[in-house]
Amino acid sequence: MPLWFFVFLAALSIISALGVVLQRNPVHCLLALIVTLMTIGVLFIGLGAVTVGFLQIIVYVGAIMVLFLFVIWLLNLQAMPANSGHLALKLLGAIGAAALVAELFAFFTQVPATAPPPANPPADYGSVSQLAIALFSNYLIAFEVTSILLLAAVVGAVALARRAPADTEPRIAQTETRAAKSEGW
Amino acid sequence: MALELLIGAIKAVVVLVLILNVAAILLWFERKGSALMQDRIGANRANIFGIGKRLGLPNLGLINTLMADALKLFTKEDFIPDGADKFVHGLAPFLALFPVLVTFVVIPFGDVITIMGRTIELRAAELNVGALYILATIGIGVYGVALAGWSSNNRWSLLGGTRATAQMISYELAMGLAIVAVVVTYGTLDLQAICRAQGGVWFGFLPRWGILVQPVAFLMLMTAGMAESKRVPFDLPEGESELIAGYFVEYSGSKQAVFMLTDFAEVVLVSVLVTTFFFGGWQIPYLYRDGFHFPWGSIVALPNVAVAILGVVAFLLKVLLFCWLQIVIRWTMPRFRYDQLMRLGWKGLLPLGLANVAVTAVVVVLAGV
Amino acid sequence: MVPASYFLILSALLFTIGVAGVLIRRNLIVMLMSIELMLNAVNLAFVAFSRTFSSADGQVIVFFVMTVAAAEAAVGLAIMIAVFRNRETVNADELTLMRW
Repeated sequence: MPLWFFVFLAALSIISALGVVLQRNPVHCLLALIVTLMTIGVLFIGLGAVTVGFLQIIVYVGAIMVLFLFVIWLLNLQAMPANSGHLALKLLGAIGAAALVAELFAFFTQVPATAPPPANPPADYGSVSQLAIALFSNYLIAFEVTSILLLAAVVGAVALARRAPADTEPRIAQTETRAAKSEGW
Repeated sequence: MALELLIGAIKAVVVLVLILNVAAILLWFERKGSALMQDRIGANRANIFGIGKRLGLPNLGLINTLMADALKLFTKEDFIPDGADKFVHGLAPFLALFPVLVTFVVIPFGDVITIMGRTIELRAAELNVGALYILATIGIGVYGVALAGWSSNNRWSLLGGTRATAQMISYELAMGLAIVAVVVTYGTLDLQAICRAQGGVWFGFLPRWGILVQPVAFLMLMTAGMAESKRVPFDLPEGESELIAGYFVEYSGSKQAVFMLTDFAEVVLVSVLVTTFFFGGWQIPYLYRDGFHFPWGSIVALPNVAVAILGVVAFLLKVLLFCWLQIVIRWTMPRFRYDQLMRLGWKGLLPLGLANVAVTAVVVVLAGV
Repeated sequence: MVPASYFLILSALLFTIGVAGVLIRRNLIVMLMSIELMLNAVNLAFVAFSRTFSSADGQVIVFFVMTVAAAEAAVGLAIMIAVFRNRETVNADELTLMRW
């Protein structure tokens, strides 16, 4: 990946990440996050991890962000007013974040990985087959447990978000319900 | 390096121009074709100083659809509704168009062509994870519609946008499973390799097209593709009799033209995907790289350039056939109700797709392919 | 070729912006978005290291992190919907029922 391309993508991702944190309208924050996620996906692809890069776009941008968008609509969140108070909290938060980044900088510039990565990784590096082999041999248990985790998440999300059964009792007569059920598909 | 970049750029431009032209032809075909199917005449008035009429030619509505409508759309006032989010409202049509156009770069529209000793592959981007790329770009296509519906500050367009988004993400899964079944059958994500694997014959005469191996996946991809592009019978989001224009009711002028273009470009996209995965893409039965090898024994040798051009023409004809099929389906079937649509997607296509992938995987492992 | 430490620095910056988002913003959804940002920064670091050592393990971990992030986002948003239904707000400052 040429250096200028990396610098461009890095600048884009940092600007959009700042947009996520600083925008007032939640939908604008979402759009900025989409830009950030796509930039990171492109960085993955540039690093040779092609499968993970595309998966990032399919899963994060294509699915999770749509979920966020739906919830923003459902809750009808409006743009927040300009001065929402708590200036001291925000200042302290910013100072804390700056301290964190300074510490991380100090650490990462000394990491042995300052050497450039090996110029030619193996031919099938980052391919679907390599990822699949690793998933189904070394990490099989984690893979299966993750599927159960997803099932638990789906069940949990539906259970938490649905209305209480008392709210959804149909107010139409029983006969009408039966007639409506026999139509359609 | 610069020459490769130039060749890539030329291929990309060729693909783009091809797609836009096919979309324009489809627009005309939809108007005249639907008129034929509905036993009426269709557009036949617009003309340029009556030239066609003086020459005695029938007015086929070409000027009407391709020139007059385009001029009308581009010169209309472009308004943004009161209280709408200006930035997002302006961005949404292009956000809808971009993923559709960008998907075409990985589609192979021909085999290799050898010009002046340099072998050029006839696809705009030589990506060896083409199927994954297609799934990614189809996933991004949701946002244009969603944001168009939301940013218009109009409850009908919000309703249309929400319905469209829910429909698109539901049928994305069915499309993904159909593509996964094809990928499992051919063992590769590379679209050019999938097309090439559909060459050759079985039993001496049957072309090895994907539809013979994966008929269920073909039906799923066709259905899910039409649902993704929100065409009838899945056009409840833009239900013309209910929500007027659904999610793009507050758009006029060139932005509406962009949405219309997206609609037709998606028709072409679905046709192209079906052709590539199930009908051999650019493959003509019995045509190999050096000429025709007929099953009855005769061999017709052809130069490489002729074979490549025949492949491209065959690809275009197949794509046009499936576009025509989608238009015929549009003007034949009534619209699905929303709950029927969702039921079909989640309770019909999704289990069918999973079962298809499971059966395919078992067969592939047992056959040792 | 870009050295791996550049990617790590970018990852650190994105992570910090995510942390700042969680600390500064009061809207629950934006806080969840900042958490997603942090997860992605970590993913970037993993992929950078995976490339440095030419192993697929980093990418497998990224795969799992993505999956877990999806599950967590779904459940988090469901919790937010439930909270909104009861409290009519997603502002973290107004959810103070359990403060003394």
